Amino acid sequence: MLAYLIFALTIGGVYALLALSLNLIWGGIGLVNLGLVGFFALGAYASALLTGAGLPVLFGWGGAIVVGAVAGLVVTLATARLRDDYLAIVTLGLAEVIRLVALNERWLTNGSDGISGIQAPLKSALGNQGFNLFYLAMVSAVVLVVWLVLRRLDRSPYGRAMKAIREDQELVGFAGKNVLGFKVQAFAVSAAIAGLAGALYAHFQSYVSPDHFQPLITIYIFLAVAAGGVGRPAGGVLGAYVVVFFLELTRFLPDLVPSLAPAQFAACREILVGVALILVLRFRPQGLLPEQIVPAPKS
Amino acid sequence: MSILLQALLNGVMNGALIAVPAIGFTAIFAVLRYPNFAIAAYATIGAFAAWWVNVHFGAGILPALLVAFAIAGCIGVGAEETALKQLRGAGALTVAIGSIALNTVLENVVRLFFGNDLRGYDLPLVPDWRFMGLRVGPQQLQSLAFAVVIMAAVFAFLRYTRFGKAMRAVADNSDLARLKGIEPAHVAVMTIFLGAGLAGVGGVLIGLDASIDPLLGFRVLLTVFAAAVLGGLGSIPGAVVGALAIGIAEECALLVAPASYRSAVGFAAILLVLTVRPRGFFGERAN
Repeated sequence: MLAYLIFALTIGGVYALLALSLNLIWGGIGLVNLGLVGFFALGAYASALLTGAGLPVLFGWGGAIVVGAVAGLVVTLATARLRDDYLAIVTLGLAEVIRLVALNERWLTNGSDGISGIQAPLKSALGNQGFNLFYLAMVSAVVLVVWLVLRRLDRSPYGRAMKAIREDQELVGFAGKNVLGFKVQAFAVSAAIAGLAGALYAHFQSYVSPDHFQPLITIYIFLAVAAGGVGRPAGGVLGAYVVVFFLELTRFLPDLVPSLAPAQFAACREILVGVALILVLRFRPQGLLPEQIVPAPKS
Repeated sequence: MSILLQALLNGVMNGALIAVPAIGFTAIFAVLRYPNFAIAAYATIGAFAAWWVNVHFGAGILPALLVAFAIAGCIGVGAEETALKQLRGAGALTVAIGSIALNTVLENVVRLFFGNDLRGYDLPLVPDWRFMGLRVGPQQLQSLAFAVVIMAAVFAFLRYTRFGKAMRAVADNSDLARLKGIEPAHVAVMTIFLGAGLAGVGGVLIGLDASIDPLLGFRVLLTVFAAAVLGGLGSIPGAVVGALAIGIAEECALLVAPASYRSAVGFAAILLVLTVRPRGFFGERAN
């Protein structure tokens, strides 16, 4: 039971990072990334491949951050001048292409078999239980640090400029801010965080395959951010743990309704997630922790 | 030479099938101003509705297509009215996210009832026709003919009927349309019915080629988007031209790249168009 709790909390931490990533651009600057899972996968594969080539784990994580940021730059530079719905379509396509590459470039990613035996840092020294605890502590610490940084950003002049762009980008442009620059930077940082989340996930599971990166994860994270509170970093983190708790809870559904086949049970779970997202958007769009608008300091 | 001609022929045939849901998607975008991702689920629902009447009642393709249009259209209207309509006040992005959630719900309802198995339509197998070194399946030709007839019907509807004219008026300038006494809510319902119905019909035509499963719609979603973006979001002739271009591009890409990268062609086309000519062939300004 304890091991299960540790596992769920670690996954919750990974989802919290993804939620922070999405909140930075959705809540921060008003863009959406429908290919979040693609950046997550990029980070996971980047770190798995780099450490597989013999580099230390920290280099793998650094590589995941860089790869994520670069992919984010490529996507926004092509679309940042356009209306936001175009960016949404492009990100969805990018995630699909990343999945195709992971499936088909066997020389690089080992195809649908995936990459196994990814380095688990200090596992031999700490043993199984010790490693899981250590990893939970580390993931939680990373979540804490990223959250603190993003909260600081949220309350800084930079964060205010971002939110102004979200509300009315033309006005901000007239005020002399570089709207395009803000969008590109925010998207790149957001993609880098998603990449880092992927790297943390890969070294925790020791195994990645294209199956781990279903488009559904993007929907889970949208639910997490919407339920937690769009525009407030703490909201995304809380939402991520709530969503993981909810997903884990549904594991007990088959015991309650034994007549459901496994595929039907999975379908029910996804239906619940989709319905929850629609209900949140409609009835509580501000989420559990509504956004706080801090007044600008008087100068 | 004949390889290239064959690719061109296959491309036009596949493109014509993609054009049908792409018209649905772009029509909804033109009138309601948001990208509706649930179009994937509507295509899947149409394909399964047609399969059901085909296998259980022995319906031929034409009645099956009509059933698919009606059922996908009705479900589209029902879903829009209960789930998405109330989100419109919060902006296009919120509705788009809602439509993704809706897509997940509908797709999994199909999975709940039909499972993940591949299913095929109950149709006689006919050998391919050959002429001048080219191969073409009678089934494909029939689907192509249906697609052409459907497109002609859509164009006639938009050009000559009151509802069609009202739809174009709202798409062009909704404020002006309201001043002229056109009720935007009615036009919205009609557009969703038409758009979801066309997606459903497109799902059948695509499924006729091979088999159907709950992910049918999601697999072609990117290609449908690419067709609409290529032609210019919101332009119906654009969606047709864009779909044909994507169809041909996919087939030509098959000559040099493995078949597994087929849906990457759509993505590459989107990126290229957005970089070079963001409003597509016939679209309005995109920035």
